[in-house]
Amino acid sequence: MNILVCISNVPDTTSKINFKEENTAFESQGVQFIINPNDEFGLTRAVWFQQKVGAKVTVVTVGDVSCEPILRKCLAIGADQALRVDLQPQDGFEVAAQLAAVCKKESYDLIITGRESIDYNGGMVGGMLATLLDMPYVANCIQMDIASDEVSVQREIDGGKESLSAALPLIIGAQKGLVEEKDLIIPNMRGIMQARQKPLEVLPPEAAAPASKVQVFEKPAEKGPVKLVDAEDIDGLIDLLENEAKVL
Amino acid sequence: MAVVVYVESENGTPKKTGLEVASYGRAIADAQGVSLVAVGFNLMDHERLNAFGVDKLYNIDTQGAIYFDVERYSEALAQVATKESASLMVVSSSADGRYIGPIVAVKTDAAYLSNVVGLPSQYEPLQVKRTCFTNKAFNETQSTKERVVLSLSSNSYGLHEKPGTAEVLSGDYPVSSNSLKVESVEKVTDKVSIADADIVVSGGRGLKGPENWHLIEDLADVLGAATACSKPVSDMGWRSHSEHVGQTGKPVASNLYIAIGVSGAIQHLAGINASKVKVVINSDPEAPFFKAADYGIVGDAFEVVPVLTEKLKARMQ
Repeated sequence: MNILVCISNVPDTTSKINFKEENTAFESQGVQFIINPNDEFGLTRAVWFQQKVGAKVTVVTVGDVSCEPILRKCLAIGADQALRVDLQPQDGFEVAAQLAAVCKKESYDLIITGRESIDYNGGMVGGMLATLLDMPYVANCIQMDIASDEVSVQREIDGGKESLSAALPLIIGAQKGLVEEKDLIIPNMRGIMQARQKPLEVLPPEAAAPASKVQVFEKPAEKGPVKLVDAEDIDGLIDLLENEAKVL
Repeated sequence: MAVVVYVESENGTPKKTGLEVASYGRAIADAQGVSLVAVGFNLMDHERLNAFGVDKLYNIDTQGAIYFDVERYSEALAQVATKESASLMVVSSSADGRYIGPIVAVKTDAAYLSNVVGLPSQYEPLQVKRTCFTNKAFNETQSTKERVVLSLSSNSYGLHEKPGTAEVLSGDYPVSSNSLKVESVEKVTDKVSIADADIVVSGGRGLKGPENWHLIEDLADVLGAATACSKPVSDMGWRSHSEHVGQTGKPVASNLYIAIGVSGAIQHLAGINASKVKVVINSDPEAPFFKAADYGIVGDAFEVVPVLTEKLKARMQ
């Protein structure tokens, strides 16, 4: 089984978000970058298949050289090889178009993207990639089992979950639940040493135009101070919610 | 020319998110002087859509297939969009809306813009404000395509009625091969989901253990609210993942968010930032949540919450 895991390089979840160049670009200085958490759940599941059934796991990202540390981390976690499409993408469609080109060169049985990246939150790469490749896609995937060619997957829906049967090849949008937080692999020294020897190939981008472009960023308005209500004065709180906030 | 909206339904009745995208689509159709076309599947009381100014409804009969079917539904939406020369399509930010949106966009050679909050700031080319960095920021994004699919953030526009009469068309757009088959759906039917909720009551580690969750559930019951939890609570297995809200969990965009015993880690606050009014109940006055909340009580949840629940119950009766 050949598995491709699509990785996004994103600011750490604790990052304070700032912008530069008159709010037209993200300020990456001083920001720690991590593997997008949804992608990491997917990678962990892929490494599980590698260990159980000998799947080959390739990770890919679309980004400039600054993304290489997280690709090395993916290799240290257990991926067999890494690909980097050398392009700073403008939007999710551009990412999907580049990934589609990668997937046309090599046949993958399972392609894993994250449900969404935690930076631009587009939530579009998996569905777009699947449509470009004419493959089925299961979003918000919280469980997946493969027995020969039969695949059973679960998708989280609003207020519940949906169980589906599918066949390979398949694309899924990974999220928490696909593996548990405690199953995430922390690379050990051996993994880190091995990762240095594993192949990381840089691919030139294909010609593809983005479908959208960010014009300007904006930070939320500073909010006023909290209105404190005495713990004995529950009626006071209810009154504020009813008559001031008007939410009851 | 038309604006096409996907009206989601539950048991044949349009969902609130469906009525919200219809309201939003109507405003855009008016601004552009075009008609509003809705697409629904197996709708029974579609008269409800007349109140929201839908000009034409494609009520698609899937011949007994009851589950959301991404392949069939996306094909139907794409075909209607082409037939109606839609310049704009709108889906909600529900799990299904966000699933189908990018697929329809590629099928119709459209740009896809998600987490949209508010009407377009300009139309040629189309530009909208959307949230990014999990609600830590916004951006104004412009489409470079002629056609756009928008996913509207829940509760960001609201319901706006505009009475009219929709012309109703039926039909089906079956797809040749179904590679995905829904086997079953498990839904908590007696509870409102986080995505659909106007009010969300959330619990954190301050509740000390899953056995104390009746405090959260009782309050949620009285308010008709959804229940949620912080990341540590779901990581420790006190509550299911599906309740985890925050940067790696679910975003919440409710009208009222009540956090009980939640300290307010930056990832949690990001996830709930789109909620309109935030209330915190926490015994630690230094908890970061107090900086993000509109109203707060410094107090012991085990004492405060039962009183709040009782008083709200008395008020509702």
